[in-house]
Amino acid sequence: MRLRRCGTDAVLVEVDSLGEVEAVRAAVHAAALPEVVELVPAARTVLIGARPGGLAAVRRVLETVDLDHRVESQPREVVIPVVYDGPDLGLVAETAGVEPDEVVRLHTSASYSVAFCGFAPGFAYLVGLPEPLRQARLDSPRTKVPAGSVGVAGEYTAAYPRATPGGWRLIGRTDAPLFDPRRDPAALLQPGDRVRFEATA
Amino acid sequence: MTANTAATPADRTPAATDGTAIDRSANTPADRAATDRAARTVTVLRTGPQTLVQDLGRPGHAHLGVPPSGALDQPSLRLANRLVGNPEHAAGLEVLLGGLHLRADTACTVAVTGPCTPTLVNGVHRDSPVHLRPGDELALGTPTGGLRTYVALSGGIATAPELGSRATDLLSGIGPAPLQPHDVLPLGTPTGIPTGADVLVPVQVPAELDLPLLLGPRDDWFDDPTGQLRHGRWTVSDRSNRVGLRLQGTPLTRTKNQELPSEGLVTGAVQVPKDGLPVIFLADHPTTGGYPVIGVVPPRALPLLGQARPGTAVRFRPQG
Repeated sequence: MRLRRCGTDAVLVEVDSLGEVEAVRAAVHAAALPEVVELVPAARTVLIGARPGGLAAVRRVLETVDLDHRVESQPREVVIPVVYDGPDLGLVAETAGVEPDEVVRLHTSASYSVAFCGFAPGFAYLVGLPEPLRQARLDSPRTKVPAGSVGVAGEYTAAYPRATPGGWRLIGRTDAPLFDPRRDPAALLQPGDRVRFEATA
Repeated sequence: MTANTAATPADRTPAATDGTAIDRSANTPADRAATDRAARTVTVLRTGPQTLVQDLGRPGHAHLGVPPSGALDQPSLRLANRLVGNPEHAAGLEVLLGGLHLRADTACTVAVTGPCTPTLVNGVHRDSPVHLRPGDELALGTPTGGLRTYVALSGGIATAPELGSRATDLLSGIGPAPLQPHDVLPLGTPTGIPTGADVLVPVQVPAELDLPLLLGPRDDWFDDPTGQLRHGRWTVSDRSNRVGLRLQGTPLTRTKNQELPSEGLVTGAVQVPKDGLPVIFLADHPTTGGYPVIGVVPPRALPLLGQARPGTAVRFRPQG
């Protein structure tokens, strides 16, 4: 674990894996420090933003983090209904060397967790994707991916909360309310949540 | 001038609780005549280049991909709110390069802060803060320097909060859309008494920004970061906006050229994309980014960044 300075009131914690990212995030979250304003996990880092003068308390918590053990917590479980009729379902099946039905079976049988959010409000990067579905992005990104699209890219799967450009391979769509700034909570998925997908007609 | 009696830290009650959206239906004179004369609203007549509802933003949601947003020059918004008796976090208007015309539909007190901006009530120059009667029209000219003028109205703008804030986030599209003529803005119930100030010192925007910069988190991706930052010279690009201040001038040279996995960003982060030209992230910045951040401009230097016109000279004072 390396601590990198990030201005007067934040520290960027750099680690070596997504598992270590989750260990740091979960430990800082569990400490529930009133000094912490932002806690932003990413692929290899956790950004911790504090109130002025609050970084010392953050550092004390970081000293206690065991990167090999996740803090015991009761993650929320979210089930997302998906219609598996995405425009790249055939391409994903062909790349994996299986039938489209098997893509659906693989995608719905795995248990995922939210590693981090980013790119757009409520866009959650889910890890736990079965190996055959870990595939490259499209050579040419779409200029508009419809809201609710469910896709895969690299080790991640995600659902697009709103229409944006995107290069992920799209296998389905959901009408789950992924992000609504007027609802509380606004985002359906938050870092640390457990997620499953369920095929619907 | 900046008496703070009306805005103690303990006062965290929202400035308004009616939570109505901007009304774009009352667009005809007949509609307006039908509006209750006592309605606590103001009507937008003209907006200038851009007028946004802003408060102190919605920090604390970056883990959901939601930027902090909020007024770029927060001391000016806080001051305007104190002057009209609002809590400092009440929502007001952030007016880019003046040009805003409003009609008061109710009696209210208005304060105009930020750079020196001609302020007229019913066509007559007035010093802010000023009291408006129903039907009075407020018009802002173009600021003589700087970019963003702040307007606070007693009771605060009472549009519906989203994620705890009424701020317009232009990156994510959260919060009210930029104002348009005929918009009717709801005002909350005043909770304090306007202060008696009658002379305001406008924000002075220097011709050159000499910015302190704390190195890191990725200064080690650059060859002699201190030397490069100290000797480089930049100007503010006209492609700057609430997301970031883009700089033109000396490209910064990287020594590491591998891909950086996206990582969290703070407001004030100076990110260096492939072309080497720094971007200083402002309130509507993306929550993560995939280019190295060489250093971070501390919070005390941020308000003036929101006032820097394109062409303003920029230099950095890096601090190890």
